[in-house]
Amino acid sequence: MSVTGMRIALFVTCLADTLFPDVGRSTTALLERLGHRVVFPQAQTCCGQMHVNTGYQREALPLIRRYVETFEPYEVIVAPSGSCVGSIRHQHAMVARRWGDDQLARRAEAVAARTFELSQLLVDVLRVEDVGAYYPHRVTYHPTCHSLRLLRVGDRPLRLLRQVAGLDLVELPEADVCCGFGGTFAVKNADTSTAMLADKMRNVLGTRAEVCTAGDSSCLMHIGGGLSRLRTGVRTVHLAEILAATQEAG
Amino acid sequence: MSTFLGLPASTAPRGVGHLRGSEPFPAAARRALADSQLRRNLGKATTTIRAKRAAVVAELPDWEQLREAGRAVKTETLRHLDRYLEQLEAQVSQRGGTVHWARDATEANAIVTGLIRDAGATEAVKVKSLATDEIGLNDALAAAGITAYETDLAELIVQLGHDRPSHILVPAIHRNRAEIREIFLREMGDVDPGLTDDPPALAEAARLHLRRKFLSARVGISGANFAVAETGTLCVVESEGNGRMCLTLPQTLITVMGIEKVIPTWRDLGVFLQLLPRSSTGERMNPYTSMWTGVTPGDGPPRFHLVLLDNGRTAALADPAGRPALHCIRCSACLNVCPVYERTGGHAYGSVYPGPIGAVLSPQLTGVEDNASLPYASSLCGACYDACPVKIDIPSLLVHLRARHVEEARRDQRRPGAEAIAMAAASWVMADPGRYAAAQRAGRSGRLLSRGGRIRSLPPPLSAWTRARDVPAPPPRTFREWWRAEHRDPP
Repeated sequence: MSVTGMRIALFVTCLADTLFPDVGRSTTALLERLGHRVVFPQAQTCCGQMHVNTGYQREALPLIRRYVETFEPYEVIVAPSGSCVGSIRHQHAMVARRWGDDQLARRAEAVAARTFELSQLLVDVLRVEDVGAYYPHRVTYHPTCHSLRLLRVGDRPLRLLRQVAGLDLVELPEADVCCGFGGTFAVKNADTSTAMLADKMRNVLGTRAEVCTAGDSSCLMHIGGGLSRLRTGVRTVHLAEILAATQEAG
Repeated sequence: MSTFLGLPASTAPRGVGHLRGSEPFPAAARRALADSQLRRNLGKATTTIRAKRAAVVAELPDWEQLREAGRAVKTETLRHLDRYLEQLEAQVSQRGGTVHWARDATEANAIVTGLIRDAGATEAVKVKSLATDEIGLNDALAAAGITAYETDLAELIVQLGHDRPSHILVPAIHRNRAEIREIFLREMGDVDPGLTDDPPALAEAARLHLRRKFLSARVGISGANFAVAETGTLCVVESEGNGRMCLTLPQTLITVMGIEKVIPTWRDLGVFLQLLPRSSTGERMNPYTSMWTGVTPGDGPPRFHLVLLDNGRTAALADPAGRPALHCIRCSACLNVCPVYERTGGHAYGSVYPGPIGAVLSPQLTGVEDNASLPYASSLCGACYDACPVKIDIPSLLVHLRARHVEEARRDQRRPGAEAIAMAAASWVMADPGRYAAAQRAGRSGRLLSRGGRIRSLPPPLSAWTRARDVPAPPPRTFREWWRAEHRDPP
């Protein structure tokens, strides 16, 4: 039995906020359609993952504090990103502790436990797999590394996609291999990153899908950036956008 | 909790051994990525080993418990490393072996050279050993007029090819059989000129070549996979039988072992002998497991020397967050699953320890500054952590070492580079929602660069992105602007 009427705080992530606002709008529309109330705390900015993963923990600390203070009042928090939620769950408290702020670490742990990646929220908290979506396209799903191996979302996104009316889901070969994004890795080790991307694109194109979806805008920006550069005609669409699509909306 | 061995923790010295590359990872990787033969050889080999490993790991219902046991044993051992090493020394000595302590590569090379001279030998046969490769022993011996013969097939290929190993377990993984045939024909001297590239024919050529060395060498040199402290027993696992020859035929056996290889008991050994073969070669059991305890009259070498090597390990031990890198049992499962390693190969890492574990181990042994590009040679995808038989959280170690790199640069008051300035600026902006929204508005000018909603070229350093990937143009409204316009509850 699915849960209804929850108040859910949206952490849209800095990347979706700035470059992919449709991901935030779709997450909002989807949750509202399922009978929940979405709030958007305006004090939010960025989880600090880029800083932590590039070695700048001291610079990440104010961002971690901001995340904790902004979202502490909320019972349930959702982000349309496995990577950002992975950082919140696995890095926030670690960084705070390493910089001697045990109190912040404890608060960060408490907020992290209430922060969910979208597919986790839907399947585990809201207990819904058929979200009433309609998306008449051939789609392949790329499981992003942090959703897969940090958050262990497993097949939750696939369970959600299988219930989408009209959607032709095709399996992506070598799906669990990294696309080569890796944050600043994509710039610091651009050649290696591109070599990994080339293999991911080869697998995506082999499925003859029109759309490659995933739960992270960052990985999709990477895969989509390559697919666009080569004029492949395949586009990347965030999982939230597919789940938000309905027959009425066209 | 800290472990102190009574010595100042110093890193591996420069100018000796093979822990440092001659150029940063991105530059070395770029060259490797352009080598289509290398890409094919690596892709084929790692795909094969990955599949074998996955199959034999899936057979064990208690694999996760085994991994946890392996992790626990290593954690406990490192916590009391001083005690277990002294126990090992006492047991080996009591049973007729001689123990030597080497602070670093230079000391270890001098000890081994001296022992071979004392034995009156000018040749030695070697079992494949990463520790001796790490310290550059073959080079040091050659400088002293001593010839070391590698007897592991892949190490032999590397040695004959005047090459460097590129994989922990399969040092010649970057070579295919046609290349191996060429190396044998060119370098072996005593080989049949009609040699084909059929694997059994290549193996037979190596066997004939090596047999003469086994029978004539008076000194054998090995590393160690494990050393059991409670009885002073050394253990080497291998697949070809060459190790068994080197460990039993010579009159003098010299084993060079990193100090982290000690384990407390035989019971612990049982855990690792299950974890190691399945993780490394994808076998249920390795073909040859050799164990020896001191010396036994009439059975095996009458003289046994154990060289305990630090070479930066105490320095790694002194960093509690980085210490788990010393848990490594050198199985190479992390290399075989790493998407970076699979594409660049091992040489790009510049160290005898390549791949994910090398990216965390090498900088710790040398000091982060000397291998500063390695912690960044990963997309942090986490495949290595899942594959590691002793559950080393390599992605977290990479992140930790990146932080150490940045913090050490800051501490040494080196002038902040463009990256440090950009990161500080981004932090200042993102720490405040007002500044952040202003920056978003400013970034919208990026729309001017776009055509058809896509940006195809950005200035450095982002040009590294746009060389191969488009960027979406910033949208007319950010999410938060849309929210403010559409929604009602601004908290």
